[in-house]
Amino acid sequence: MNRRMILNTVGKMLLAEGLFLLLPALTALIYGEAKGLIALLITVGIALLSGGMMCGLAKPKSAVIYAKEGFFIVSASWILLSLVGALPFTISGEIPNYIDAVFETVSGLTTTGASILTDVEAMSHGMLFWRSFTHWIGGMGVLVFVMAILPNVSERSIHILRAEAPGPVVGKLVPRLKDTARLLYVIYIALTALLTVLLLAGGMSPFDSLIHAFGTAGTGGFGVRADSIASYSPYLQWVITVFMLIFGVNFNLYYLILVRRFKTALKSSEFWAYVTIVLLATGGVAVSIWGQYGSAEETVRHAAFQVSSIVTTTGFATTDFNLWPQFAKGILLLLMFIGGCAGATAGGFKVSRIVILFKQIRRELQKMLHPRSVKTLRFEGHQLEEQTTRGVLSYLALYLICFLVIFLFVSADSFGDFETHFSSTASCFNNVGPGFAGVGPTANFASYSLLSKLVLSAGMLLGRLEIIPLLIFFSPSSWKK
Amino acid sequence: MKIIVVGCGKIGTALIESLIAEGHELVAVDRSPAVLENVTNIYDVMSACGNGTDWDLLTEINTEDADLFIAVTDSDELNMLSCFLAKRLGAKHTVARIRNPEHNDGSLDFLRNQLELSLVINPERLVARELYNMLKLPSAARVETFSGRGLEMIELKLKNESILDGVSLIELRKKYPYKFLIGMVQREDEVFIPDGNFRLKSGDKISVIATSAEIQKFLKSVGLLQKQVRSVMILGASDTAYYLTKMLLNSGNSVKVLDKNEERCRVFSQSLPGAIVLCGDGAQQELLLEEGLEETDAFVALTGMVEQNVLVSYFAASHKVPKVISKVNRDEFSPLAEQLGLESVVSPRKTVANILVRYARALENSLDSSVETLYKLVNGKAEALEFIVHEDAAVCHVPLKDLALKDNILIAGITRNRKSVIPSGADEILPGDKVLILAAGYRINNLSDILE
Repeated sequence: MNRRMILNTVGKMLLAEGLFLLLPALTALIYGEAKGLIALLITVGIALLSGGMMCGLAKPKSAVIYAKEGFFIVSASWILLSLVGALPFTISGEIPNYIDAVFETVSGLTTTGASILTDVEAMSHGMLFWRSFTHWIGGMGVLVFVMAILPNVSERSIHILRAEAPGPVVGKLVPRLKDTARLLYVIYIALTALLTVLLLAGGMSPFDSLIHAFGTAGTGGFGVRADSIASYSPYLQWVITVFMLIFGVNFNLYYLILVRRFKTALKSSEFWAYVTIVLLATGGVAVSIWGQYGSAEETVRHAAFQVSSIVTTTGFATTDFNLWPQFAKGILLLLMFIGGCAGATAGGFKVSRIVILFKQIRRELQKMLHPRSVKTLRFEGHQLEEQTTRGVLSYLALYLICFLVIFLFVSADSFGDFETHFSSTASCFNNVGPGFAGVGPTANFASYSLLSKLVLSAGMLLGRLEIIPLLIFFSPSSWKK
Repeated sequence: MKIIVVGCGKIGTALIESLIAEGHELVAVDRSPAVLENVTNIYDVMSACGNGTDWDLLTEINTEDADLFIAVTDSDELNMLSCFLAKRLGAKHTVARIRNPEHNDGSLDFLRNQLELSLVINPERLVARELYNMLKLPSAARVETFSGRGLEMIELKLKNESILDGVSLIELRKKYPYKFLIGMVQREDEVFIPDGNFRLKSGDKISVIATSAEIQKFLKSVGLLQKQVRSVMILGASDTAYYLTKMLLNSGNSVKVLDKNEERCRVFSQSLPGAIVLCGDGAQQELLLEEGLEETDAFVALTGMVEQNVLVSYFAASHKVPKVISKVNRDEFSPLAEQLGLESVVSPRKTVANILVRYARALENSLDSSVETLYKLVNGKAEALEFIVHEDAAVCHVPLKDLALKDNILIAGITRNRKSVIPSGADEILPGDKVLILAAGYRINNLSDILE
């Protein structure tokens, strides 16, 4: 195992985090928040120093890495990123307990948006900015960012991209990995900027616009108000609805549109499955909640917003959907598990995997009727490798096992009932944010015990990195020589 | 440049490896997903799975933007067709591997013109040419020729107790008043361009540059000249063997070819009746001895199996065959083979990669010069390049001793009006010259790259 290369890359990632932290520090400076500024600058120092030391001391002899190193780099990076990212909250005293701060940071980086804060509005601007900025960083992936800006990390960085980027198949947009990473970030930044402008145009304050743009782009869900998006105008709610959906689509599609290959873009079966799911779910919810709100527009707006928010695993809310009828809540719970498209910033099981699963099931059924039939599966215009289908099936098993184990741990908590535990596990594991009952959109995760918070943090990381990198990182056999 | 490579076999991956190292953008196409997965794991390339003649696939990978399209699958016809399609789709330059002897006669020019191919590569013939050069000068481990045919570069390994051991280059020049140059020395894993005070040591590999007549004189006076090869034994009746045998027969050698496969032997003897074709297992030592291994001047192992080539070559060398060459398809085995004491090893992968790297560099060449020949030496750590100098090049009309060259760069030869000289400090480069440059540790794209 190329340990030096692992340390070196993780060090580079810490340097990147140090640079990212300068932005909230600037915010704290603008708003004159001395305490926050000091806390952030101390963390910048820690990140730059430790990152610099790791890069300086571990000069790799060779840049050759394999799949295993890729998993290790990604796991170690995300864990360190969370531990360092939590420091400002504790140092400034705004989240005194470090475990709470870690939960909040993991929730940010994994774009979950579950919070332990009982009073968001009391937080300083610098901390709020950092909290939401972690969404934006974590959404596209911090290692993808490192690849985009640094001169050749390794010729085999594809292993890092595969480990960090969500979805069953990870491909490049253009021949060079570095250019692919850059393109992804360019699209990401452009869409975020567009959203910010649209929010500003709707009368949102510049600070709020940025926060909500970060929360939407990363499909995270941290906001600045206790009632999330509920008190903003209908225009703003519609804008956020549309953009949540946009960020839930595979970014490859935007690249195809960028290079004017509209036909290929429109042929994406994952995209159409995603659209169908959103439309059906919105319809179902609207019917279920009909009559609860004043006008038809309001009903459809709330239905569409909540559906988009949950399916893209963002977690914003315009109304307390915990008070909705069981059927509507049932649909939302289902959407949590589906999640967005692969190659987007969204979490969950991913629409592409579900499409592949259904194709596989149909083939199995056909095999029952015609035992000798031979059928190859096709997905997005290409033949599906058996390896990919098998990968999806084993991922499903792994996903269910992990879910149940986390659920079991959380159930041991003295706080809350079955609905709370089940929905909080589903919500954290799928990187959504709010759940139902005790962790509904108006409540928060503060009442959970520290152990449960740690377990849920681990669940969020497992969900974001799609289990396998962390599983390999923590299994003793992969550390043996 | 954007380059598409169709076919990721041995040659294809060698091309990908060296073109990536040159900094190009690559797209790899192959029919097997497993092969592609391996390629994308190792190299930073994009991959597309499918047939290189599939229009959908070619449009999907934006063939119209490609600067260079290279088809090196094992099927000549597929290569030709996909190059043709790529050209029609708008690829700027196309390169096809065409290796079947049937296509490699008079019809080759016709095919190339009709298909608008920029370059045709025939790895088997290139390797055969290299082997032929090595057999022509059996004293050298390798022989590289340059376009003017005036200068040659040979690689010599100084054996133990060589009379050159401990001699400095200044003394060498006084002792042997021929026009030659020791351009490069490889000692263990290091490569350098030596200066006058450099002392040679046993075990060094040295590259000597001179005209071929001067090389003969030099080798003779240092006692390294071996007698001309007259009879050659070849193991494996492959395409490479076909081309090599043809060249050897044309220059009056006697050739014996051994192969296990009866059908292949028959085809071989039909097309080259002058050769003695033997059907038998080359791994059988008895057979080799019976057929006069000990009397033959040179033994060349050309089977598709590296292991067999290396082992049988080793056997031949232990029977004091003066010149033994083995073909090693896998680059990682070349150093091993050399450690076993086999001096002369050819690698088809390297030969083809050299040609295409040169071609790609020539395509993106600037105004002051264009690359005519390129050899990568010592696992790519050093290069020998031949440039044609254009008007206005910065190096022109300046005495060489006044040029501010980078370290480890050497101007090793100038060819003007078909006459090649090893330059001295007072010589100048003029437009239209062909200049031979040696560089250790650099990538030289233009002639101006050699200046500080």
